[in-house]
Amino acid sequence: MSKKENKIRSGTHFMLGNHAIVEGALAAGCDFFAGYPITPANEISQYMSERMPKTGGVFFQGEDELCSIYALSGASLAGAKAMTATASAGFNYMQEGIGYAVASEIPMVIVDVMRCRGENYATQSDVMQLRWGASGDHEHIVLAPSSVQELFDHTIRAFNLAEKYRTPVMVMSETTISLMREKLVIPKADDLDIVNRIKPQVPPELFVPFKAPEDQAPPLPSFGDGYRILHSLNPHDENGGIAWDPDVFEKLYYRITNKVQAHYDDIVRVKDFYLDDADIALVAYGSETRPARQAVRIAREKGIKAGVLKLDTIWPVPEKHLTELSKKVAKVLTVEMNIGKYSNEVDRVCGRFCEVGRVLKNRGEIHTTQEILHAIEEAVK
Amino acid sequence: MKKHPLWKYLRQDSLPHFFCPGCGAAQVLNFFLKASDEIQLDYDQLVGIGGVGCAARIPVYLNAEALHGVHGRTLPWATGIKLHKPELKVVIFAGDGDASAIGGGHLIHACRRNLDVVMIVVNNLTFGMTGGQMAPTTPKNVKTATTPYGNREEPFDICKLAETAGATYVARWSTVKPKNAKDAIKEALNHKGFSLVEIITQCPTHFGRRALSTGSPVQCLEWIKNNSISAKKATTADPQALESKFILGTFVHKEKPVFKGSSVC
Repeated sequence: MSKKENKIRSGTHFMLGNHAIVEGALAAGCDFFAGYPITPANEISQYMSERMPKTGGVFFQGEDELCSIYALSGASLAGAKAMTATASAGFNYMQEGIGYAVASEIPMVIVDVMRCRGENYATQSDVMQLRWGASGDHEHIVLAPSSVQELFDHTIRAFNLAEKYRTPVMVMSETTISLMREKLVIPKADDLDIVNRIKPQVPPELFVPFKAPEDQAPPLPSFGDGYRILHSLNPHDENGGIAWDPDVFEKLYYRITNKVQAHYDDIVRVKDFYLDDADIALVAYGSETRPARQAVRIAREKGIKAGVLKLDTIWPVPEKHLTELSKKVAKVLTVEMNIGKYSNEVDRVCGRFCEVGRVLKNRGEIHTTQEILHAIEEAVK
Repeated sequence: MKKHPLWKYLRQDSLPHFFCPGCGAAQVLNFFLKASDEIQLDYDQLVGIGGVGCAARIPVYLNAEALHGVHGRTLPWATGIKLHKPELKVVIFAGDGDASAIGGGHLIHACRRNLDVVMIVVNNLTFGMTGGQMAPTTPKNVKTATTPYGNREEPFDICKLAETAGATYVARWSTVKPKNAKDAIKEALNHKGFSLVEIITQCPTHFGRRALSTGSPVQCLEWIKNNSISAKKATTADPQALESKFILGTFVHKEKPVFKGSSVC
């Protein structure tokens, strides 16, 4: 017998990270999930398969990642708030569909629980795949949670940004935090900030489906609302008509990328730790912010004025914040679990005004506090 | 000037269409318009989906909700649409490449699930848009852009594949049989469950010139006609004589529960 469950489980929980993603999605209004099994994202789809039908939504296990990502596009254009979850190797396959979703401006949320190639060890090696994996021009929004609570909060935020900007938004999770259990507080429904997509305010005969100011997405009706829109991956004019015209192409992709770039202040979020009087700053994201913060606390006890800039949005690059930081401190160290991918971005932005360095670890393990502390001590010698 | 009665179903600002002179895909568009008109299909509730290729352009000309350019992924899109909004009528216009090459993996699963959509496979036996390369449906031994010494692969029988995988309506006709093709589309539109209508079409530009040594649409149609046999006659024919023939008719028409999601409580 079917039993109805509440979409929002308000209260205090001790919860697995992957389950917190599900609760965040449902709280945001997600009513369509499609995915293909892959470790370490499996708890997301398994828990979704339990929760989704009981909250009135659809759970679909595709025959592969390609099917799953395109099912999201279809459901989203039919009016659903849609999400998938995968892990690095599976995320590869989804890039094709993510590129389409950008071109046709389809809201959706993709969770990538990063894992090492062939193994499920800790890593942040997809940080560039998240940004540049899809073909064509795009300006992705990628959020980087660092705790179970943030997995919940950032998932809601991902839905809100996807709906607002009509674009795929990615939540970058990691083995480390997805498979961790921590305290999670789910607010009451009234205390949640939920954004829904804007629908046309004019009848079909007056609606121009791809016409919008150059920093915005156009309103999006659902299939069946009577608007009869043509969505094509090909360059399309404001009416949706397929047009190979350099002016049409340039204008379309300018708007598609600019609608994200122009809203830096709304999209980009960072958090400061001990940065007010810092001489040396760590730049970190995701799980690496945890040992980084602890290392800075100990460094402070030792008299080193260190701080952390925690990037909650990693794409677009928090350039304004990084620039401001680089003008304040003598040295910036990027801490990450890969061969130094995001470090290139930080160096590019901060290297103009201060010294830059890297604290890297690429062996399937998160940095220890001691390792980061040691790097700080070496840097200030 | 009096408008053609089917004019209202066309997305007029997409016209003129881009099909080559004598192409069979435009005929399939015509069959669909007629079939949908006969059953008074509500175009507000219609989603036409096309992948990449010649046949994929058909939904671009429909005055309905339409998707174009979803290379091989027509069925995944359709799955998302139908699961979220089952009341919509979803019709896929797939080339043989979309249906059996790049999208072949999706086809068997959509059949297995009995997804409630109509898939019209416009089978011109080649990759037309890209210049006439070999497709999984290309007959054995014929020349294409990538088989200059003759095709060494066995062609797929898309209808058999769909039937075996669990489709609940399966039929094959050709552009030589316009009324049957139109009626099959109508039956498919009225059917609840996965419906596949394969229509063998002529591609004078590529398949004709390379495989049949003719660029004439009429000669291509004659070739299709001469290589076709009805499903009824096929039951008593010598199996060897059937090897390179297009068997025309309805192969499956049965009722089964339709797909509503992988986890339903």
